Amino acid sequence: MVGGIVDADVATYCLRLGDDALVLSQRLAEWSARSPQLEEDVALMNVALDLLGQARNLLTLAGDREGQGRSEDDLAMLREETDFLNAQIVELENGDFGRTMARQLLVAAYSLPLWQALTSSTDADLAGIAGKAVKEVEYHLDHARSWVVRLGDGTEESHRRVQQGLDDVWPYTCELFETDGVLQRLVERGVAADPAAIEPRWRATVDDALAEATLTVPETSWRPTGGRRGRHTEALGYLLAEMQHLHRSHPGARW
Amino acid sequence: MSEFRAEGGHGAVPTSGVPADGGGRAGSQPLWEVFVRSRRGLSHTHVGSLHAPDAHMALRNARDLYTRRQEGVSIWVVRASDVVASSPDEKDAFFDPAGDKPYRHPTFYEVPEGVKNL
Repeated sequence: MVGGIVDADVATYCLRLGDDALVLSQRLAEWSARSPQLEEDVALMNVALDLLGQARNLLTLAGDREGQGRSEDDLAMLREETDFLNAQIVELENGDFGRTMARQLLVAAYSLPLWQALTSSTDADLAGIAGKAVKEVEYHLDHARSWVVRLGDGTEESHRRVQQGLDDVWPYTCELFETDGVLQRLVERGVAADPAAIEPRWRATVDDALAEATLTVPETSWRPTGGRRGRHTEALGYLLAEMQHLHRSHPGARW
Repeated sequence: MSEFRAEGGHGAVPTSGVPADGGGRAGSQPLWEVFVRSRRGLSHTHVGSLHAPDAHMALRNARDLYTRRQEGVSIWVVRASDVVASSPDEKDAFFDPAGDKPYRHPTFYEVPEGVKNL
């Protein structure tokens, strides 16, 4: 994977994708030993570990294209909050199981068409990562969709909770489809996926799932933003403190 | 609690058969036996069991619990209550008569070279 080609735009793009995967993985890991049942505990940790694997590949590639010799560990464990470029939706607190699953649905429904598009990226390394990620995310979507339908079309209590979770998280989806100079240049080069092409596919998947789940599609005029430029909600700092604590306390420690 | 529907359209949350002492949520869901085919040409083999509210979820749980290290290419899940098993009381009548009939074993054939799963 290491090609030694310094490319700041690709490095930034890989950091964004890698931070999305890393932060969501860390969030899901919080469910370990707390899931509603043992089977679900394993399922969620499988998803979390898939995402961690994606993050490792993406951060390694980001470090390579950045050309400053930073490893995946350096990027994951030694950057500050304002250096993280994940979308804010992945850093939000889990809330209850309904909210966690609502977020999983919204993020997986975005990730699947994203990775599918990236399998034909002109950057061969990124396309390789995408090829592996597509199969994983396909299952993440199936898993989240099953739960959202089950909870939405379940009891009044489960319906209420998953609808509330959906309403809480929904405004943050706007950020997933934002574009900027970096992204525009990469889309023109055929490296990155065009968010404008992904959004309708995301929306179709989400609408279909929510209809089956008897849930209401939320509306928002509030469009939180900033994650891609290192501005985050207060939730991220606490997450990073927990995630980075061990590495920072014992620099260079190995498993 | 009385306003809750007994069960949702997808059998979401069981509201009957839940132990009053809260003795574990898994206990309120049916048990499923899991069979995995490790590769083409072999039979499905029993690998264990799990709890799930319905077949859809049982299959997904089985995927996550029993094939996470590439153990299989196909999964069956069967409700444990649908399995008809021989009784330990019948053990003698069922199995002992086969004990002294060595001619039923294909031990008198040479296994051709290169055949692995006979």
